Amino acid sequence: MTTNNNAAHKYVIETHDLDIYYGDFKAVTGVNMKIQRNAITAIIGPSGCGKSTLLRAFNRMNELYAGTSIKGQVTFDGQDIYAREVDPVEVRYRIGMVFQKPNPFPKSIYENIAWTARIHGYKGNMDELVENSLRQAALWDEVKDKIKQSGLSLSGGQQQRLCIARAISIKPEVILMDEPASALDPIATLKIEELMQELKKNYTITIVTHNMQQAARASDYTAMMMLSGEGERSGTVIEFDETHRIFTVPKDKRTEDYVTGRFG
Amino acid sequence: MKEKAFVQGFDTNLEARHRKGLLWRVVFQASTIVGIVALIALMLNIINSAFGFVAYEAKVDPDTLTVDGTPIQDQSKEQLVARLQSTLSRGAYNKLDKDEPFAERSREEVYQLVIERIVRPQVVEVWNLWSSLTQADEIRAAVARDHPGAELEFVSWLTHDFVSRPQTSEPLTAGVRTAILGSLWTILFTILLAFPIGVGAAIYLEEYASDNWLNRIIQTNINNLAGVPSIVYGILGLAIFVRTLEPLTSGAVFGLVDPTTANGRTVLSAGLTLGLLVLPIIIINAQEAIRAVPHSLRNASYGVGATKWQTVWSHVLPNAMPGILTGTILAVSRAIGETAPLVVVGASTAISFDPNSPFSKFTTLPIQIYQWTSRPQDEFRSLAAASILVLLILLLSLNASAVLLRNRFARRF
Repeated sequence: MTTNNNAAHKYVIETHDLDIYYGDFKAVTGVNMKIQRNAITAIIGPSGCGKSTLLRAFNRMNELYAGTSIKGQVTFDGQDIYAREVDPVEVRYRIGMVFQKPNPFPKSIYENIAWTARIHGYKGNMDELVENSLRQAALWDEVKDKIKQSGLSLSGGQQQRLCIARAISIKPEVILMDEPASALDPIATLKIEELMQELKKNYTITIVTHNMQQAARASDYTAMMMLSGEGERSGTVIEFDETHRIFTVPKDKRTEDYVTGRFG
Repeated sequence: MKEKAFVQGFDTNLEARHRKGLLWRVVFQASTIVGIVALIALMLNIINSAFGFVAYEAKVDPDTLTVDGTPIQDQSKEQLVARLQSTLSRGAYNKLDKDEPFAERSREEVYQLVIERIVRPQVVEVWNLWSSLTQADEIRAAVARDHPGAELEFVSWLTHDFVSRPQTSEPLTAGVRTAILGSLWTILFTILLAFPIGVGAAIYLEEYASDNWLNRIIQTNINNLAGVPSIVYGILGLAIFVRTLEPLTSGAVFGLVDPTTANGRTVLSAGLTLGLLVLPIIIINAQEAIRAVPHSLRNASYGVGATKWQTVWSHVLPNAMPGILTGTILAVSRAIGETAPLVVVGASTAISFDPNSPFSKFTTLPIQIYQWTSRPQDEFRSLAAASILVLLILLLSLNASAVLLRNRFARRF
């Protein structure tokens, strides 16, 4: 993938009439989204409406599930990431991902980051990179004395921040987060949200969340997804706007019902 | 507790539910006990035959071999060699000297030869452990009455000598060193063939192969191959390794043996045959282990831009390794105990040379046991029992080392 001039593209990721299929089943229909650089974009909506599916399509993680395919286009800095000549491995290198369940490698804290950097051919000072990444993920002070211990010895919230540290250690441009705080307690959740505010200075963040307060608190833009296309069986983005507008003056009645808790 | 008021339509019937649970529990417990009892009966049976009284008579009274007042057991090596030379036929003596020159043999070996070839103790009768313990006096009386010249001794058939002596046709001097080495050589080639190929195939099938009809057929066939009777593999091994690939498996192409007498019935052929036999089992077990690696771990790796190979090598394999090794241990244990395919491939039943290369003729412990149990004399059954104990010990120690190896890779989730 060629490196484009970032300034030329105000939007990091854009989708054009994106349909996502599991086999013959069309899970997501007709999504047109523009993800703003250095901002946090939240995707909200009820369970099973295709939020995570859409998010995974942004860095081709969906291809790891058998039988998935897409129609339409996803561009990253103006380039179609599904184009024939694009290597999905490079897409995932530039667009990192943090998952719902914290999933550090069953290696030491240090090795979690060092391995990630090494596979991308990092030749610099590894100790420095590990420390910087952990500092950026607001984890360094908690783990600096036990950095050789297993990443799995940490608490859930710490593990998730380790996963974020791991993701940013290779300096991606975008970080996709799939309900990163849904398995965490409110305090750990708050830490992750604060961390996101810190990270958006350098990265573009897209987050899927079930938690509307979290979307309202932490995001700049919000996409509201709902099962609507194909006889209410396929998810689509029904409204996409600045977060405060979604939560105060939604245009769509269904969005209003959902964000005010009158869904269904 | 106060009884809950009866609710229309419900009948909690707690007592009956607990009774039913208890019944099943007893059934499961009984099945476990049946298994354990069977195992204990097997062990007792083996131990019963492996120890006990043996009465034997010497063909030549050792006292007649005394030279200048020195009894046979105190004579020097030179005296013993001289004794062999004077008593054995020239041909027999020369053959012994040709197998291994007397100059190079230790005194202990020569002494054994004198006992074996000249004194020639012959078993008159053997008793198992149980009757040896309960009827010792009757046995002594019977021996004194029926075989006045015989010596009665309480022996363990499983001794250090038994393990370290080569096979002979005399029960009292027979050993299983040849068979142990044959088993170890065979199993070495089994592992060398089956482990890398099995794990490789499992990685391909789990991580790379797409879900199409061809791969499904392959998968089904691997599952079926795991259930094919082992003798069929023996026939396959005979056709491929012993016959077709004879120049290779006999070592002829490497110039190690005379091509005119080359013979594919070697350790190598046996090991490869057993390797084929356990390959499907190793593949299936390795697949299970690879499948058990959590998907979240693969996601983590792909999510930071790792390639498939980096993911497999750094995460999938290390985390599947304990499971893969467990499966391999089970498969190799099966291979060690196999008899039928080796009979077909051509294990030698009587061989006194240690296998010392992939191209050696061989026998293995199960073959040896099979051969001894099919002999009519009781003493061979005792030998077989002792060899079974050796086989069990060998199996347990191989498993133990594999378990230690596995624990080094222990899962760290």
